[in-house]
Amino acid sequence: MPPTINKVLFLFLRRMRPPLLALTAAYSVSVIGLVLIPGVDDQGEPWRMDFFHAFYFVTYMATTIGFGEIPHAFTEAQRMWTVFAVYLSVVAWLYAIGKILALIQDPAFRLAVSQHAFDRTIRKLERPFHIVCGYGDTGALVVRSLLGRNGFAVVIDHNPDRINELVLEDYAVQIPGLCADASVANRLLDAGLLNPHCQGVVALTSDDAVNLRIAIAARLINPDRPVICRAESHDTEKNMASFGTDQIINPFVIFGQRLALALHSPAHHLLHEWLGNLPGSPLPMPIDPPSGRWILCGFGRFGKAVHAGLTQEGVEVTLVETDPEGADCPPGCIEGRGTEADTLRKAGIESASGIVAGTGRDDYNLSIVMTARELNPELFMVGRQNHESNSLLFGAADLPLVMRHDRVIAEAILAHLTSPLLPRFLDLSRAQSTEWANEQVSAITAVVGDRVPAIWTEQLDEASAPALLKHLEHEPVTLGQLLRADHPERQRHACIVLLLRREGGSPDILAPADDTPLQPGDHMLFCGRFASALTISHSLRDPHALRYLLTGEDSPEGWFCRALRAARGQAA
Amino acid sequence: MNLEKVIFGFFIILAFTLNFGFFLGEIDNPAHHNVYELFAAIVVNVVATALKLGDRTQTGALLLASSLVAVLQLIAAAVVWGYATHVHAGGMDAMFMASIVSLAGGAMVANLISVLLLIADTVALRR
Repeated sequence: MPPTINKVLFLFLRRMRPPLLALTAAYSVSVIGLVLIPGVDDQGEPWRMDFFHAFYFVTYMATTIGFGEIPHAFTEAQRMWTVFAVYLSVVAWLYAIGKILALIQDPAFRLAVSQHAFDRTIRKLERPFHIVCGYGDTGALVVRSLLGRNGFAVVIDHNPDRINELVLEDYAVQIPGLCADASVANRLLDAGLLNPHCQGVVALTSDDAVNLRIAIAARLINPDRPVICRAESHDTEKNMASFGTDQIINPFVIFGQRLALALHSPAHHLLHEWLGNLPGSPLPMPIDPPSGRWILCGFGRFGKAVHAGLTQEGVEVTLVETDPEGADCPPGCIEGRGTEADTLRKAGIESASGIVAGTGRDDYNLSIVMTARELNPELFMVGRQNHESNSLLFGAADLPLVMRHDRVIAEAILAHLTSPLLPRFLDLSRAQSTEWANEQVSAITAVVGDRVPAIWTEQLDEASAPALLKHLEHEPVTLGQLLRADHPERQRHACIVLLLRREGGSPDILAPADDTPLQPGDHMLFCGRFASALTISHSLRDPHALRYLLTGEDSPEGWFCRALRAARGQAA
Repeated sequence: MNLEKVIFGFFIILAFTLNFGFFLGEIDNPAHHNVYELFAAIVVNVVATALKLGDRTQTGALLLASSLVAVLQLIAAAVVWGYATHVHAGGMDAMFMASIVSLAGGAMVANLISVLLLIADTVALRR
């Protein structure tokens, strides 16, 4: 018996002990009284109630049903005793029912019941899942996108309100949520860290120290599972990296790098945005940040990362900061908040080509953007949005680029959770020319239209592609055949292959051509509509579907039809 | 001395002794078996069962199991008694009495196990 069943059951039994004793006492006293008190039958003869009738009478009397004086009318003495017994047994019942209701309402009991329900869900979980610690804005995005990419999540958060939000959220499936402190290692075990289906741990709480503890616990308890951590300070980041945390996500650094990439090559930036974005959302529009002088308001963690990204691309940056000394600004920094026109004028807003509103407060950032637009309407504006609740305002401000750190984290995590091939592809693509990136962008547009494409992987191994492996023994198959590109009259699958990884250490093939032959052990990263994913994986598995895919012929499946076809073939 | 232990032991042993008292006598002679004694045995057994609820130890689980067996057997005996005196046309006869007493005998074995477990537990505590 698992320990939690014990807990619920024993808590219930222990609390039920006094009411059960009270009921037993009330019943036995009432029954024995009725049996001992002499009565008369309908002929006036002396008569004594037996145990059967006494128990029958007490049973309906105690529950206040009251069928009357059965089997014979009572004597005065019996009635006196009955008055006493009614009060005794009814009070005993009220006490017992009150105890049961109180127990059900008891927070300790409810906690035990909900923990038991959670444990049972985790034990019965038969699909791959990730443990997501922290269900804030970012956590919600990660869970939603995991579900969007056919994954599953178990959530831990110490805030009961957040767990209630999780329960009320309209996900297609119920996501189990545990209200507990994720930095306690036992809670990670409760959430299924040692479950064979657990795919990894994602630590997203807003506290770096808690994330660090989660990373340590997960690494020690289950070293095989990847740990992805959010870190907002460099110290934590270094600390996490020191014991082999698989991915450390610093949203500010990622955003700084993205901005640098956009300055460097808009096509590459667009490719990144499209592949990293949450599936199903509208495709982000291309942006073309100018390479003239930029003004950067706020030199905190965000400002520093953006500054690093901009200077890396050789862009001249004018800093605006309220506390230049404290923020450790390079010389030439303008003192002020940036929300006032004269500070911005002092920073040379008229001659600048871009501005980044990067303070830690949304109202300041919006104010900076509005003031700057009045002074110089041509500016390229980047805003930092700190809170999800201000989305409407930032939407109305109509900025070409908004940095929402919850989104940046969610996208970065998603890239790692989807497939290890995706970050590899993004790395490799960075080294390619702008023309190449433009080609990829138009290829993706051709297959997906105006929504962010689905990303998935396919592996040619015995488990997921038995039919294709068998076919490859006799006859080669090219990638184009798999995508139905070889028959002009048949519609091509709405997807492209971004990356092909060969078994045995040969270099990864970026955007493989249609005539690339497939080999056993190949790993492919697809991008396109999810509907084609199902068709392709079905044809890898099912020999008939594969034959239909390769030849366009519908072959008979049963023994009889096959024999018939063979006979007809001979006759012809 | 622990008052709780005294009450606990009292009910377990009383359940056994009452059960034994009822069982004593010729198996098919209704005159040897008192209905009040059976009633008392049932009540004390139910109380003993309730006292054992919620004990998480291995011995506790076994004690609860043996008590549940005893209560079940005694209630079966009471039902047979009720059937014989109120439903059966011929009233109480030797055959019914024999089955009532044998059911109570079964309950007595369960109660004996309870008592032995209690003693074993106490001895083990002494070391």
